[in-house]
Amino acid sequence: MQKQQEKHMSKLKKYSVLGPVATTFTASDTGSWRLERPKVVFEDCIKCGICAQVCPVDIVEIRKDEKECVVFNFDYCKGCGICANECPKKCIMMVPERSEV
Amino acid sequence: MAYKMLNGNTAAAEAMKLAKVQVVSVYPITPQSPMSERLADMVASGEMKAEYIRVESEHSAMSMTMTAQLTGVRAGTATSSNGLALMHEVLSMVSGTRAPVVMPVVNRGVAAPWTLWCEHGDSMAQRDMGWLQFYSENVQEVLDLMLVAYRVAEDERVLTPAMVCLDGFFLSHSMQKVDVPEEELVDDFVGPYIRKNGYLDTKDPMFLCGLCGPEDYTEMRYQQKVGMDNASKVAQEVLEEFEAKFGRKLEIVEGYKTEDADVVLVALGSMCGTAKYVVNKMRAEGKKVGVAKVTMFRPFPVDQLRKVLAGKEVIGVFDRSAGLGGQGGPVWSETCAALKDQSSDIRHYVGGLGGRDVTIDNIEKIFNELLEIKEGRRDKHTQWIDLKDNPMEIRQVIKNV
Amino acid sequence: MYDIQHESKGLVSHGVNACAGCGLELIARNTMEVLGENTIVVIPPGCGSLFSGYGAGAAMKLPGFQGNLENTAACAAGIRAALNAKGDKETTVLAFAGDGGTVDIGLQSLSGVMERRDKVLYICYDNEAYMNTGIQGSSSTPYQASTTTTPTGKPTERKSLMEIAIAHDIPYAATASIHNLRDFRRKVQKAKDTNGPSLIHIQTPCPTGWRYDPARSVELARLAVQTGAWILYEYENGKIKVNMKLKNLKSIEEYIKPQRRFRHLSQEDIEELQETVKKNYQRIMDRLEYMEGTV
Repeated sequence: MQKQQEKHMSKLKKYSVLGPVATTFTASDTGSWRLERPKVVFEDCIKCGICAQVCPVDIVEIRKDEKECVVFNFDYCKGCGICANECPKKCIMMVPERSEV
Repeated sequence: MAYKMLNGNTAAAEAMKLAKVQVVSVYPITPQSPMSERLADMVASGEMKAEYIRVESEHSAMSMTMTAQLTGVRAGTATSSNGLALMHEVLSMVSGTRAPVVMPVVNRGVAAPWTLWCEHGDSMAQRDMGWLQFYSENVQEVLDLMLVAYRVAEDERVLTPAMVCLDGFFLSHSMQKVDVPEEELVDDFVGPYIRKNGYLDTKDPMFLCGLCGPEDYTEMRYQQKVGMDNASKVAQEVLEEFEAKFGRKLEIVEGYKTEDADVVLVALGSMCGTAKYVVNKMRAEGKKVGVAKVTMFRPFPVDQLRKVLAGKEVIGVFDRSAGLGGQGGPVWSETCAALKDQSSDIRHYVGGLGGRDVTIDNIEKIFNELLEIKEGRRDKHTQWIDLKDNPMEIRQVIKNV
Repeated sequence: MYDIQHESKGLVSHGVNACAGCGLELIARNTMEVLGENTIVVIPPGCGSLFSGYGAGAAMKLPGFQGNLENTAACAAGIRAALNAKGDKETTVLAFAGDGGTVDIGLQSLSGVMERRDKVLYICYDNEAYMNTGIQGSSSTPYQASTTTTPTGKPTERKSLMEIAIAHDIPYAATASIHNLRDFRRKVQKAKDTNGPSLIHIQTPCPTGWRYDPARSVELARLAVQTGAWILYEYENGKIKVNMKLKNLKSIEEYIKPQRRFRHLSQEDIEELQETVKKNYQRIMDRLEYMEGTV
């Protein structure tokens, strides 16, 4: 993978392939689907990492040494709420998207 | 060169061996079964270095051949009749993904009624699936056209799979003396398989055959059309090279004594041999008749056929398939469209269905009808040339309710 | 080679058009992470094909092929045969199909692969209906579940894919659940290392088709196991291993209440369903324990 990403940086020679061939590795704007977003009560978090494991989109990162120890990539988070539902400390809330709560 | 006694099935298997096919997935069906067996024998004995997969259906046979070829090896399968019909769905996957598979098809009618015997209805039903189609006149042609088909199909201007059709039993089970070329000569002609388009390789990943929207679908079909268009020209080049290398002349459309002929019959496959015999017989009686043998049916050889049939006022076309619901059979329809700028009287004949022999008598009858039409002595022709007198009353049942 | 236009942690893109809370998305990511780059994937049409992408865009950095619906196993076997012909024994060939593409239309080609001992890893993600085409019932739809083609509830029990695999005596087969991803990943690794056909049948909660709150996907997978509606076990070289034996089954109501596909059931129906689930669980357990040699 690393190899592929490095190669991306350099100029690749392109050639035509006939028929149905996928040629680019892309992502849809799934972050725009979100109706609710996860919000962590950091004081209660035990950094167990379950939220990261069960996230279908794989966009949760645990930063053990930081105060805000759970980071979401909201570019892709669909707001499904599995992280909140599975959190053993129940310290992830689902709050309406674009709310200030 | 060495002569061997081969039938159509073993000749096709021999060609696959000579082309160094590396994956064989094949499902037995009459009259192709001896080919499956021969391939299995050759792989088992080590005569052929290939993976032999004893599949559970023709659908899987075609599927495996397709993905094996896309993984970068020459792969092969073969089928007939209902087996070809079962492959239908995968045939267009193969052509659409531009996998240049070459497949012998032993022509047999499709059920119902069940038949084991020859007609072209099975391969004609697949004529729009994006495959090249060759039809063999004799066993030598089966072997030769197989080798030619690899070259044409795999050419980067074509990249289109090919069927090499051979008439069930008439060719598949008929032993003939065949000139089998030396391995080195074939190696030089066919060459090793080189992937020229998309492929499945973890070192160079790409996803093949994903969902395609209306924004690109038309262009991909057009790419196939270009491949088909190129196939005619490429086939011409390959046939010339074949003749130079192996000393046998094959033509996309062969005009047999057509030049000075008053009437010409267009035909495909093994019946061409019979038709040529009839031509000679009738010419001895002073009747100037000729045969146009269509060797390559897909892409349809419009230019070549026009050339052979130029100026002919009365033409007969023999379809060895019923073409139900159409204005005529597929060969007739194509011929009419090819000659639309020429005011020919093109008569449609159907016969030789479900194993009925296309006899000398019937071909002679066709030629005589065409000659009478040409001379203005006849109006109607006998479209179903070998039909019994009482077609609607051949079976009677005692009703109990 | 893909033109990489999106940075992802693993082999699967983060922006995949699977529904929010999709169990399959969790399965796909974990599968590809365990299998790694040296894998060729076959995915038939269905929800799984969201992971191959659309048009020129791919959502996985792996080589792959979308075959027909019924030939996933055959397409995988063809790739394996070509790899064998090229002397490549290392590359994993993954067939990744849903329940419809496996137990309905794809059963014949899967049976062929299992019988011939083709080295193919087959994962059936079972969301218990044809979800991609709009929730039509399959032969893996459970008893009483409502789908668009079983609107009053499916009148028959589901087909047992595991028992079909066991009947073929393949070297490795297992069921799995997304509530225990560690167990699933272990099974994928085991299947990958199997020299011959291997099969993993994983229940795949589908918020859209089962009609529940997407947040509860993992919870429902857990409840399916705890109520006996889904049994976790392995079959390895002729030996059965039940991964989780339950002394007491939770009430089926806990599992079906959040799912609106069971909403049409009366209290009486639920009681009958409870009995059926219990009986089924006991029947399968008795058989497994017999095969395990523990009774």
